[in-house]
Amino acid sequence: MFDWQWDFTWSILPRLIEATGKTLLAAGGGYLVALVLGLILALAQRTPWKPLTLVVRELVEFIRSTPLLLQVFFIYYVGPQIGLRLSPWTAGLTAIGLHYAAYLSEVYRGGIESIGKGQWEAARAINMSTAATYRRIIIPQALPPSIAGMGNYLVGIFKDTPMLSVIGVGELMHTANTIGAENYRYLEPYTLVGLIFLAISLPAAWLVRRFEAATRRRLGLSK
Amino acid sequence: MTDKTIHYPLKLEGPDVPMVRFMNVSKRYGDLVVLDRLDLDVAAGEMVTIIGPSGSGKTTVLRMIMTLEKIDEGVIYIDGEPLTHMEKNGKLVRANQAHMRKMRSKIGMCFQHFNLFPHMTALENCMEGPVQVLGISKDEARERAMELLEMVGMAEKSDQHPSRLSGGQQQRVAIARALAMRPKVMLFDEVTSALDPEVINEVTTVIRNLVDQHSLTMLMVTHQIGFAREISDRICFFFGGRIEEQGPPTDLLDEPQEDRTQQFLSAVFDAN
Ligand SMILES: Nc1ncnc2c1ncn2[C@@H]1O[C@H](COP(=O)(O)OP(=O)(O)OP(=O)(O)O)[C@@H](O)[C@H]1O
Ligand SMILES: [Mg+2]
Repeated sequence: MFDWQWDFTWSILPRLIEATGKTLLAAGGGYLVALVLGLILALAQRTPWKPLTLVVRELVEFIRSTPLLLQVFFIYYVGPQIGLRLSPWTAGLTAIGLHYAAYLSEVYRGGIESIGKGQWEAARAINMSTAATYRRIIIPQALPPSIAGMGNYLVGIFKDTPMLSVIGVGELMHTANTIGAENYRYLEPYTLVGLIFLAISLPAAWLVRRFEAATRRRLGLSK
Repeated sequence: MTDKTIHYPLKLEGPDVPMVRFMNVSKRYGDLVVLDRLDLDVAAGEMVTIIGPSGSGKTTVLRMIMTLEKIDEGVIYIDGEPLTHMEKNGKLVRANQAHMRKMRSKIGMCFQHFNLFPHMTALENCMEGPVQVLGISKDEARERAMELLEMVGMAEKSDQHPSRLSGGQQQRVAIARALAMRPKVMLFDEVTSALDPEVINEVTTVIRNLVDQHSLTMLMVTHQIGFAREISDRICFFFGGRIEEQGPPTDLLDEPQEDRTQQFLSAVFDAN
């Protein structure tokens, strides 16, 4: 049924493996941006200054309810019109980082809100500052329940990296498209890309679960 | 401080400045008046117990001293200095964060549900404040924490996380954690209410020892009338956000003057 050509498969494999590296870089870089920015977005919604909370809340809602692809295009093509000329990589990482920061901020928020009022009051009773309370008491406890969600978005961001191909980031999808167009053959490159994604996603999801359990144990929170 | 007829001094001075003074303190949640122009003094080293029906404002009194609740009216003084307010240009204004942090260092509190930090061992719970807040070295903090855990009978379990400890054990660690900050005033809010009857004694024994050995000022909310009788210098009966009656345990418990006190006590004794 399929006309699968092994010679062709082997010949394109090195290019796809190289592109896998770039995909991982894009996912890793974007995730790093999202992790940090997400925490900022989450904490910004918890300041006593209500206008800030409201603005950040709306921003997060806006990002979450518009497609990533649109955000990628917007930053890359509309950016220059407002003086923001970014390379495909920078624009891509910004878009994907911002997009997932919005989702991660919700994960953090859920984690932080899952910590009872009693912990805040106990920290207050030993006279800890708010910053120290977050750093020493709240975030360490908010982390384990957040890890599952954080891990899902790590896999999610990885699977969304093909969106960056549309602005010319030379990741897996982009490379597979190029190979297909050069050779008029799409079966092998696309199949390989699918297999590569599978080969990375599945172990990653498993590692996340292991990490969650290990973190709980390390913090003495395991039941 | 809407009541102009009351003069709130910038500082309490004189020979017997109380460790805690509530002056005309009111607290409301919406329309609900929880504390109603309350006056209450606790002398240095005194053990005062607050009893009263549910909702009478007992917990609120302690939470206001711990600065967990804002005050609506009046001034609270700790060790002669205003807690809820501070001096600015010769006037009392609302305390800012810095002032409250300074004042809070004199106060410790134990909660009904212990509120230990679950991701830290018993020892780490007792070292956290001294290291992070007081800036004491880890070695010194550990030594001091171990002494306190020893005192509350928890030295052997010092490396256990709270999830591995019984309620009575957790509460004893919580007492050690509070004492590690070297407070002058200790607040106990129904610290035995969440405990199984058979472990209540572990905790009351610790508090009893504190009364005997230390010059701490203590304010305790409890439903254990027998324990209150045994260790209190004075018992305050709260009703509707005010002190309905107060006095030495024998007077208040054996010869209550007010109807409401009598009703409350007979209800409590009937229940037991
Ligand atoms: N955050 C809050 N918001 C609204 N009402 C509150 C709040 N905290 C306490 N209250 C109300 O204030 C009143 C006094 O509460 P408080 O906790 O001081 O009572 P208590 O004497 O300690 O009672 P208990 O014996 O049940 O612990 C209660 O009616 C309570 O419902
Ligand atoms: Mg109470």
